[in-house]
Amino acid sequence: MDQRLERILPRVQKPARYVGGEYNAVIKDKKDVDTRVAFCFPDTYEIGMSNLGMRILYGVMNAMDGVWCQRVFAPWGDMEEEMRRANMPLFALESGDPVADFDIVAFSVGYEMAFTAILNMLDLAGIPLHSADRPHLTPLVIAGGTAMYNAEPVADFIDIVSLGEGEDVTPELINLHRKARREGWDKHRFLVAAAQLDGIYVPSLYDVSYHDDGTVAAITPRDGAPERVVKRIVHDLDKSFFPTRTIVPSTEIVQDRVMLELFRGCIRGCRFCQAGYVYRPVRNRSRDLCAQYCLEACNDSGYQEVTLSSLSTSDYPPLTELCDNLEDFCQQRHVNLSLPSLRADNFSMSLMQRLAKGRKTGLTFAPEAGTQRLRDVINKNVTLDDLLQSCRTAFAGGYSAVKLYFMLGLPTETDEDVLGIADVAARVMHAWRESAANKQRGVRITVSTSYFVPKPHTAFQWEPQITREEYERRVKLLREAINTKTVTYSWHDGDTSFLEAVLARGDRRLGKVLECAWRKGAKLDAWEDYFSLARWQEAFAECGVDPAFYAYRRREKDEIMPWHMISSGVTENYLWREYENAKAGVTTPDCRTHCNGCGANRLVGGKCDV
Amino acid sequence: MSKLRLLFVKEAQASYISHLDLMRTFQRVFPRTELEIKHTQGFHPHPILSIVLPLPVGQQSDCELLDFEVTQESNGRGIAEKLNTGMPTGIRVLDCYAATRPIRELAFLQADLELLYDGGVPQGAVEALQALFAREEIIIEKRTKRKEQAQVDIAPMLRSVDLHAGDKAIYATVVVQAQNPGLNPQLLEKAIAAHLPALTPDFVRVRRRRIMDENGEDFR
Repeated sequence: MDQRLERILPRVQKPARYVGGEYNAVIKDKKDVDTRVAFCFPDTYEIGMSNLGMRILYGVMNAMDGVWCQRVFAPWGDMEEEMRRANMPLFALESGDPVADFDIVAFSVGYEMAFTAILNMLDLAGIPLHSADRPHLTPLVIAGGTAMYNAEPVADFIDIVSLGEGEDVTPELINLHRKARREGWDKHRFLVAAAQLDGIYVPSLYDVSYHDDGTVAAITPRDGAPERVVKRIVHDLDKSFFPTRTIVPSTEIVQDRVMLELFRGCIRGCRFCQAGYVYRPVRNRSRDLCAQYCLEACNDSGYQEVTLSSLSTSDYPPLTELCDNLEDFCQQRHVNLSLPSLRADNFSMSLMQRLAKGRKTGLTFAPEAGTQRLRDVINKNVTLDDLLQSCRTAFAGGYSAVKLYFMLGLPTETDEDVLGIADVAARVMHAWRESAANKQRGVRITVSTSYFVPKPHTAFQWEPQITREEYERRVKLLREAINTKTVTYSWHDGDTSFLEAVLARGDRRLGKVLECAWRKGAKLDAWEDYFSLARWQEAFAECGVDPAFYAYRRREKDEIMPWHMISSGVTENYLWREYENAKAGVTTPDCRTHCNGCGANRLVGGKCDV
Repeated sequence: MSKLRLLFVKEAQASYISHLDLMRTFQRVFPRTELEIKHTQGFHPHPILSIVLPLPVGQQSDCELLDFEVTQESNGRGIAEKLNTGMPTGIRVLDCYAATRPIRELAFLQADLELLYDGGVPQGAVEALQALFAREEIIIEKRTKRKEQAQVDIAPMLRSVDLHAGDKAIYATVVVQAQNPGLNPQLLEKAIAAHLPALTPDFVRVRRRRIMDENGEDFR
């Protein structure tokens, strides 16, 4: 072990995060390795190790001959301070080698608030921040993940963006980089060649010009780079890699259980939901394969909890059969199945009976909006009756806590919609009185509201975010309307969501703001411990950038979005149609009812697996 | 039903696994055996496992014990090999056997300490430390469970200290009381810092070597 690290560890919190050596961590002999990939997650170990995408790509890369993929996470503040004091550069967990020595440094970026962590990690690694200041082929800095559907705010720092699912394109990119190194290409030649791979976006090959009003005037690709980069997907989930022998952390992480992915995509089409659009089309993994993976993963890891994971698990067609198939195994091995999210319109008694038998603590539903009118606007397609029926089922089945998630600031929201949330909570309370199996235990109803952030590649990408003042007014309005003790109300911090709205639909001019905010100390902005809006406001002012331009402005139909060169497969026309439908309060049926022509079917040759 | 005991090594990266995380790690590897751990009765059943003398985070050990109960009749044969197929780097089960000796007979533990001096071992350090550890009373400040500072005399818990000097380290073999109350050998560093501040080492490594009964025989 590095002597500096040995001396630091006794002084930092949770040192097990920084040493590697977990069961199933991949160790290779350096002499058999020609390509080292530092796979960086711009957040802490506990968050990054809970990310399924990271585990899949770690497996995919390490299955390649001659490639050694190693993990790197952002150190917590105490560790960072110690590392900087000891002059110890950022290192990878598997070998302990400095990140700067790797051939490829790859970031998995799931959310915009991680942008400054990317800069901080590059800096800790001693790698120049700007792509333009890295003239050589190595280390090549690449990024992927959901937040990269608009990579423009980090375009100055990243050499290559990989769009969509990385199972196939990552090996293609690694092999091209290998070839380039072997044949002594310069970096520019490599970037130009990489841009020819499907799903690869090379920011430096695009020139962006702006109108006087600040909107994008033109995006011009150079050196043969495509006008539009379409995301990559796995076509057949049954044939794609799934990590059943995966790293078992020796310290507790957020998702400390087997994550069994049932399907990708979502049939629903909620108009605010970026994941719902960018993960299209729906592709199911077959039931028998899911069952087999579940057994293998439990047997190998020893976990006794399995999350049946997807964007909307109760929409998996053979869900109850899968649960039934797994029942004997689960009973014998004391394994509990859990679902991450439930839809209020198809949560049934039969499903509930198949879930966690011992601990019935709480269930979570997300009606998102307080009135039917607004739920129609966002195309949530859940009725109050659905929700109450689901709650009655849960209460009758012994559950005594329900969490209800809503958003404030959705397009067209009025005070009536806000107060509707309090009404929903009161009705859920009433449903408990009617149907509770055991009234002595009481009930806990938690209402949580977040502050709506319009995201790129959604039907609401043209919409302004409501102002922070208005958001706070609505929070207060709702707080005063919720007056029973059994209902707890919690709301999301407005400052974070405001910045998220700025970054989500930002353009390249935010690069210097990111850098400025990072220099002022921004690093783990997803954490309240570190986030400071004041710091960001100073950075905006110093860079002469108005954040309201990005967060609060309504876009016109013909405006070129900064992420125009990126396609998720869903057409802009479809998004606009959905936007018009939203404003008219017209709902769109789910993909299983009938195809709505979003365009994503073309990614799988015409027909989706709904 | 059987009561079994594991003897295991905890070293390298695994020395940073906390007590609670270590318990979880063991719980996850037990399904690799045919044994079924007994669980507590109650609303939230949990497995009956106990690590006998929890090792402070950062220290290494050749002689950790873990006691557990299983629902089957078993003498533990073959269990160590099966557990070792699922362990993180640095944890290695050496043996699994019926737990016959009561834990209260575990009296002493022997540990090796490396007191590192980056600038070389100061002149006369070994003699000075020897004299310190031979004192009738060695008071140190120790934080109690209630987070208050308390004065503790560690001399009665210290059985023997053998020192010899290397180039940039003093190597110490110490025998301390294991329990009721036990002494964490790392606290010798504190004693040096309190009484001979000029000889405070730059870093101290600790490795448990043996656990012994009242007569100085290996405790198993």
